[in-house]
Amino acid sequence: MKVLGYLLQKEFIQIFRDKSILAMMFVMPTVQLILIPLAMNFDVKNIDIVMVDNDHSSLSQQLISKIGASGYFRYVHAEPSYKKALSHIENGNADLAMEIPAGFERNLVREGIQKLSLSVDGINGTKAALGAAYLNAVIAGFNKTLSLNITGITQQTAAQPVIDITFSNWYNPLGEYKYYIVPGVLVLLLTLIGGFISALNIVKEQELGTIEQINVTPVKKWEFIVGKMVPFWVIGMIVFTLGLIVSWVVYGILPGGNIEVLYSFAAIYLIALLGFGLLISTYSDNQLQAMFIAYFFMLIFMLMSGLFTSVESMPAWARMIANLTPITHFIKVVRMIVLKGSGFADIRTEFIYMILFAVVLNGWAIWNYKKTN
Amino acid sequence: MEEKVIICNNLSKKFGDFVAVDKISFDVKKGEIFGFLGANGAGKTTAMRMLCGLSYPTSGEASVAGFNVYRQQQLIKRNIGYMSQKFSLYEDLTVLENIRFYGGVYGVPSQIIKSRSNDLVEKLGLQQEAKKKTGALPLGWKQKLAFSVAIFHQPKIVFLDEPTGGVDPVTRRQFWEMIYEAAASGITIFVTTHYMDEAEYCNRITIMVDGRIEALDTPQQLKAQFGANSIDDVFYQLARGAKRSES
Repeated sequence: MKVLGYLLQKEFIQIFRDKSILAMMFVMPTVQLILIPLAMNFDVKNIDIVMVDNDHSSLSQQLISKIGASGYFRYVHAEPSYKKALSHIENGNADLAMEIPAGFERNLVREGIQKLSLSVDGINGTKAALGAAYLNAVIAGFNKTLSLNITGITQQTAAQPVIDITFSNWYNPLGEYKYYIVPGVLVLLLTLIGGFISALNIVKEQELGTIEQINVTPVKKWEFIVGKMVPFWVIGMIVFTLGLIVSWVVYGILPGGNIEVLYSFAAIYLIALLGFGLLISTYSDNQLQAMFIAYFFMLIFMLMSGLFTSVESMPAWARMIANLTPITHFIKVVRMIVLKGSGFADIRTEFIYMILFAVVLNGWAIWNYKKTN
Repeated sequence: MEEKVIICNNLSKKFGDFVAVDKISFDVKKGEIFGFLGANGAGKTTAMRMLCGLSYPTSGEASVAGFNVYRQQQLIKRNIGYMSQKFSLYEDLTVLENIRFYGGVYGVPSQIIKSRSNDLVEKLGLQQEAKKKTGALPLGWKQKLAFSVAIFHQPKIVFLDEPTGGVDPVTRRQFWEMIYEAAASGITIFVTTHYMDEAEYCNRITIMVDGRIEALDTPQQLKAQFGANSIDDVFYQLARGAKRSES
């Protein structure tokens, strides 16, 4: 135990002596947590639309102004021909082109039927799909009022049966994106910092040759690994706390659930994550290798963890990979505790998962660190 | 009979097809300064690493301080000091912090660390530098410090791997005075070198060529045996036939 004390003392001195690393560890997450959620907004607004109005009737004008009033669209141009409108999409100036054919009003009034043509730039899939959906919604609304306008006062009493769906967002009533993304980004930053500093650490000692000097001492393997782990764990918990403060001050997000449960989960998550970093370190020969290996896994972690996309909608094999990455569970739990206010009983499975991760990854790292080759 | 602290019997190390160390056998007596000579790539470092418990032998037997090199590395490590070719104290720690750290991991009580490290700093003349990072020290001082740290916990044996590489002649002389002092206090010295003048300072030397021990005796005996004026000549006669190229 005394030996561990000396190891810890040495690690802490080294960490606090490297001012640039220290600044990186604390300034970087703060700045990123402020910046990233502002930019990472999946609400689609400002869809650029080009109009081709071949009818120039009062109904076509009504439709156009209704689209404009919806708040999602921005008129780029009104063009006389469909061909010209399409050139705006080709240039990338517009996302959507809508053509109102000649005789729009006449056909609607006389036959009650009229077709519109909609062309969507499919390169940005999200924007295209959402833009088309919004536009459809606007047109459907227009349709509803249409019967009133056309059939007029005579048949006003015979209201058509309409199924109107109302819905409410639980746990995030206004459907604001930040509530979804901020806890996720916090976890991501913690993972990046913890993963990289631990992955680079042992291999750095190997590069400098200092590990050989350690290997001829009677320091035990577990003492060495624990000596590396504890300082990073402390830093990780500080970063996590800092992140929670930033999300409270900047975004007004306060954990709705039990803060002790959140912290104990974070504590175990960090042990698992740091074990993973140290494991990478023991498998690498130099810092560059460790960096690339860490990067490879970090990318998988980021893209498959359910931070951006829902894990439930992934194919079965991808879901399996996602479940095998610790960060998936942590993101899920953080969202549950922070947004939903879940307690320990709700996340027990995740807890067990995480303890398993921590034991396996650290055991593996200690096993793979060899003092004698 | 004198106590033998290292017994080495047909010890070999192979890396794939390459035989780095080929069935070497020797004994080292307590308090002896035992020189291990050889050209670059002769297998000195590999042999030393096996004795320090850093590397598993492929075959053969060896014991260091009475402990088996296959199974009792942890006990060996408790009883030896080691100084590698490359300076491997922590360059971002100060002189005193390095001493305290290594003293601590070898289990020296903290009171003794304190008093002994003050004596050491004074002896090395590092009073001004005690609170500076070791990375800022000149090479000669680094080597003297590394050696002092290696014997700080008063091990039975200290292994020195080319300790004076790149060091100026005056510092080398001082370094060897420190080695004599340590030997006089009962620490067995196992030192590799390829400076032939240093070999003359040893009680006994072995000369390794291509992984094998080609000669083993006192410097005087070897010179007589090979009819040479200096160890340099002896070494040249033996190493001329070496097949392994420099590197």
